[in-house]
Order: sequence, then C-alpha cells, then structure tokens
Amino acid sequence: MSYSIVADDVSKSYQLGETQHTMLRDAFMGVVRSVLWPKKKERADRDVMWALNGVSLEVKRGEVIGLIGRNGAGKSTLLKVLSRITYPTSGRVEVNGRVGSLLEVGTGFHEELSGRENIYLNGSILGMKKREIDKAMAQIIEFADIGGFLDTPIKRYSSGMRMRLGFSVAAHLSTDVLFVDEVLAVGDVGFQKKCLGAMRELSDGGRTVVFVSHNMAAVENLCKRTIWIADGKVAQEGNTREVIHAYLNSFEPGHEQSLDLATVRERKGTGDVRFLKMEFLNEDGDEQRVLHSGDPVRIRFQYECQRDMRNLYFGLRIFSNLGTLISDIHSWATNQPIPLAPRGKGSIDLEIDVLNLTPGTYYAGLWAATPGEWHDVLDNVAKMDIQPSDYYGTGRAVDARFGLVFFSCRWNLPGNGQSGLIETAAALPTT
Amino acid sequence: MKEKWLAELWQFRELVYFLAWRDVKVRYKQAALGAAWAILQPLLSMVLFTLFFGRLAGIPSDGVPYPLFSYSALLLWTYFAGVLSQGGQSLVSNSNLITKVFFPRVALPLSIALSGLLDFTVGGSLLVVFMGYYKVQPGWCVFLAPVFLVGLILFTLGASMFLAAMNVWYRDIKYVTPFLIQLLLFATPVIYPTTFLPEQLQILMALNPLAGVIEGFRACLFQGRPPNPSLSAISLTMTVVVFVAGLVYFRKTERVFADII
Repeated sequence: MSYSIVADDVSKSYQLGETQHTMLRDAFMGVVRSVLWPKKKERADRDVMWALNGVSLEVKRGEVIGLIGRNGAGKSTLLKVLSRITYPTSGRVEVNGRVGSLLEVGTGFHEELSGRENIYLNGSILGMKKREIDKAMAQIIEFADIGGFLDTPIKRYSSGMRMRLGFSVAAHLSTDVLFVDEVLAVGDVGFQKKCLGAMRELSDGGRTVVFVSHNMAAVENLCKRTIWIADGKVAQEGNTREVIHAYLNSFEPGHEQSLDLATVRERKGTGDVRFLKMEFLNEDGDEQRVLHSGDPVRIRFQYECQRDMRNLYFGLRIFSNLGTLISDIHSWATNQPIPLAPRGKGSIDLEIDVLNLTPGTYYAGLWAATPGEWHDVLDNVAKMDIQPSDYYGTGRAVDARFGLVFFSCRWNLPGNGQSGLIETAAALPTT
Repeated sequence: MKEKWLAELWQFRELVYFLAWRDVKVRYKQAALGAAWAILQPLLSMVLFTLFFGRLAGIPSDGVPYPLFSYSALLLWTYFAGVLSQGGQSLVSNSNLITKVFFPRVALPLSIALSGLLDFTVGGSLLVVFMGYYKVQPGWCVFLAPVFLVGLILFTLGASMFLAAMNVWYRDIKYVTPFLIQLLLFATPVIYPTTFLPEQLQILMALNPLAGVIEGFRACLFQGRPPNPSLSAISLTMTVVVFVAGLVYFRKTERVFADII
C-alpha cells in the first residue's frame, strides 16, 4: 500500500553475440534455413546472459535507498527495469507515482538548440510539465551558471557548461519517484559538491529516490537503506553502513591482510629476534580486508626469539608513497616493553584507535629492538591502501587533497568562558 | 490495457509537443532559406512535373490546370514522403532517449507526424493562392477533404510506426525507405489522374491508400463532384488496416527497443 516501488522476482536476460543488429538478409536466410532444415537449432542457451536473476525489493514512499555493486553486477539494469526503460524477462515491477529517471546528464540535448530551448526539451523528456519548467526556469538558469550563453546553441558550450545545464534541469525535477545513476560521477570537485547538495534537497522533499553510485561516501550520506547487487541478485540489504562495509570487504584486499615476513631477505639487525608474520585485524579480531580512513585497526606481529630477550620494544613505521616517514609508532614512546620475551615464538598487538591517514597508498616497515641494539629492521614490507570514508559523517569524505593525515576534531565558537559547538549545516552550500 | 496505454500517452502529450517543436526548430536551422523550404519542396516538384509530364508528355489533368493538379497532390505527397523517411528513423536517431528515459515510444513517430503538419499548413496556404490564381472554385464537397487528410495522416503514421520498429532490428530500412517512396510515387495518382488507368486497374491501385486519399482530396477540391466512392472506400479501409497493423506491430515490439537498439 504505502510502497512506492515493488519488484517481485525480477529477472532479465540478454542474448549475447551477433543477434543485436541483424540484417534483413540474415533474417531472410534464417527463415529459408528453418524451412529447409526445421530441426536444426541455431542458437544454444549458452548465449543467454542473466543480468538480473530473481531480484525482489520494496521501497517505501519517501524512502531514499542506495544501490551498490561492482561494474556489471546488474545495478544499472535493475534501475532500467524499475524505471520501465526496459522490461524484465520475468517477474513483476510496480511503481506508483510519476517517475523521473536521471541516468545521464542532459538526456536529449540537441546541439543546434539554445540553452533555454534545451531546458524545455530536456525537462519535458525527464517528465516535467511545461508549467513546472516555466516556474523553475529562473532557478535553473541561476544554478546552471552559464552566464550570457543562455540563448546560444549548446554546440558552442564547453563540456562543463553543458553538464551544469543538464544537472540544473535534473535538480529541479519534481516527480514522486526518482531513479538516479552515477550523476555525481561527473564534473569537477566543486560541481560535484553542488550536485550532492542538490541531491540531498531532492531526497529531502519526501520523494522516493533510488540512487546508484560507486561513491560510497555519497551513498552513506544520502541513503539510510542500501541494497548490494552482485551477479544479478540481491547480495545484502539493510542499514547502509553495514551493507557498504560488507560490500567493500568482498573486494580483493587492497593490502595483504596477512604478510609472511619470515622469508623477507632484506633485513638488518642482529637477527636475535625475527618477525614471522604481520596481520591486520579488526576490533573483533577477524581479518580486516579493507582499511578506511578513520578505522580502528589492530595489527598483530608474530615473532621468534633466538634467546630470552629483556625489555623488547617494537615499532611500526608508516611511509607515504613518496617515502616520507609519516609516523614511527613504537612501544618505546609509550614505554611498554615486553619485560622478558622467552626464547621461541610470541606475538604482540598494536592497537590504533583512529587510523587518521587520508585515502591513498602507504607503506609500512617494522622493527624490534632492545635498548641499544636493533634486532630486526624491515623497510617497506607492507603496502596499505586506505579507502575513503565519511569520517565526520557529513557526506564530505576525507580526501587525499586534505593532506596525508586528518584529525579527530570539531569547531567551536568561543563565548562567555565556555565554547559552543557549531551545528553541522543541514545541506551543503551550493557555491 | 489499451485504455491505460492511451491514458499514459495523454500524460506525455507535452513531450510529444516538445519533440515536434524540436523537429520544427531544428529542421531549417542553418538553412539559408529557412522555412521557405516548406513551400519550395512541393513547388519545385510542381514546376518539374508540369514541364515534363504536363507539357512534354501531355498527361491529362482532369480539366484542371496541370500545375494546380500536380501541386495539390504534391502537397500531400511531400507530407507523406517527409514524415515517412523521418519517422522511419525516429527511433534509431533517438536511441539515446530510448535507452535512458521512459516514455511511450510511440511519441517519437507521432511527433514527426505532428511536426510535418506545420509544413503542410504552410504549403496548403499556397494551394489556396494557386486556386485563386487559376480561378478554380471548390464545390460543397470541400467539406469532405478533411476526411482524406485524416486518412493521409493515419496511413503515414501507421507506415512510419511499422518502419521505425523494423528499423530497430534491421538498419536496411534506411536504404529501403527512399526506394519505397519512389516506387509508390508511380503507383499513386500524383503525376496522372486516376482516370488515366482502365477501371479494373483503378480498383487495384486503390489498395494503395494514398491513391484513394489523393484522388479523393483532388475531387473534393476541384471537380465539384463527390470522390469516387468505391475507390475511397477501398483506400480508406486500407488506411485503417495499415494504421492498426503498424500500431500493433509497434506495440508488440516496443518492450525490447531499449535492449536491441
């Protein structure tokens, strides 16, 4: 009843191979052939690809849901089936209310027409009524920021202007149900932010939005609920944070979560202590396959002592990909030596509360020492790919442009002896 | 099902309008003579036909001056030929829309048929001028002319829908269409009057919807006699058949347009 979108066991198959654009000649020959050799079957089932395979989902009125998944998992096909651009091979789709789909920016733009004319054309193609376009015209023009080019054919536009024009029409779409695919993946960073703000306004307006994106920070910020599509099926659905986490963990690890160090040749030190293994673990002690900015991390070192060691210290050095030492994290600074490490194997955990590195690639080295003596020093033995995350919970993912590290922090206005926390703005400024 | 589809088409009526508006806007952009081509196309054909068929070959024209005789048919013919060749391409040339947005697909050929009406109206006003010039007065039957014009639109639209849908699978349509149009010109009483043919052949010719439509339109306009009833009946029936067949074929295939195109 209150569902805006219902999909029931939806499947969609595509014929692979040369079936797409046949020529009359082939069709004619096909008929002739089937008359002459009626038994012989030309096409086998192997040429069928199932883009969607039994997808069911329900979206409540006013809900904003994310669709995530790898390239080719079926997200876009699902979006097309839901928005009735294409039809499912089997199953049922029901969408209530006026539907708008934003699968690309500026659908149907015509080169010869002016910006203003294209606003009408694009708007009506996206499902707007003329009076709605008339009403939104001033805002659309302002948002697009194309200056004096409004009455110039868009073939004279730069690609940036074209995109701004397309997005500003889309941002004023007022349908009940909205399907959005990767619209945010275009444009420079400034414009992307503007788009994200507009997207948030679109979804605040009480309409139902299905949002496909590879930008996890945007999905996390816009959608409460997220559906992960893999191999044409719903792999997982539910709370966005959890689904994204599961999805990212499904990837090949960006770093080797467990490193065999026993075989590393290039090492310095006495060799009285040797590292055997290094493991990245999460809070629960399981392997952590993906590292995000701001994640808590536990790193377990396994080592072997050739003899009993007194006051054994350990350290982890993190280098930028240019080789700059970012930090040497060690138990000497925290003054936590192992008083007596007996001969034989042992292990120690390094717990980092907040991995405050911005997204990017980093390298790690390790060392073990007793006062005055290095026993095992390994340089650049581990590669760490740090993934972006919405650490501050604002939709503005911690970004490599912010430098190498970021800090857990907040901004306050100083006042009568006490300071007041500034509230997070509701929407991004559109500047 | 049928009502739902019609209701949906009605919902998208503004899109049909905007697509037609785009076609009109774009059609004569960057053409030095602009919208004058709406008149020039049938006019130039008329001059050629008058010279070659009227003067040189001496083809009769039912007692109407040959230029007027051929122009009246060419007006309808230009609409048919223009809309059919564009309409047949309307899906393929808008494949970016079909794969990105939902709307009733029939809006595309429909908008072409609609935009063609503007040229038709402009060309039609010249016909009125010609009739004044040649002092030809229409009889009471002129009120029947709209029936044939509706027939023209329905037939053109039906054929367009059929070719447009075929074109999604077979790009050969692009090459077949001009040939088809040329062929049909000879099977239609544009250059010659229907009476030019023996009576049995006239009935056969009426299977071509355009034959009855053009003959009927001319009869209404010039001769003060009602159009040949059997010819008209056959052609108008065929018109409905082609329209319905085109629509049904289009509707049957449109579900997979986005996958194939």
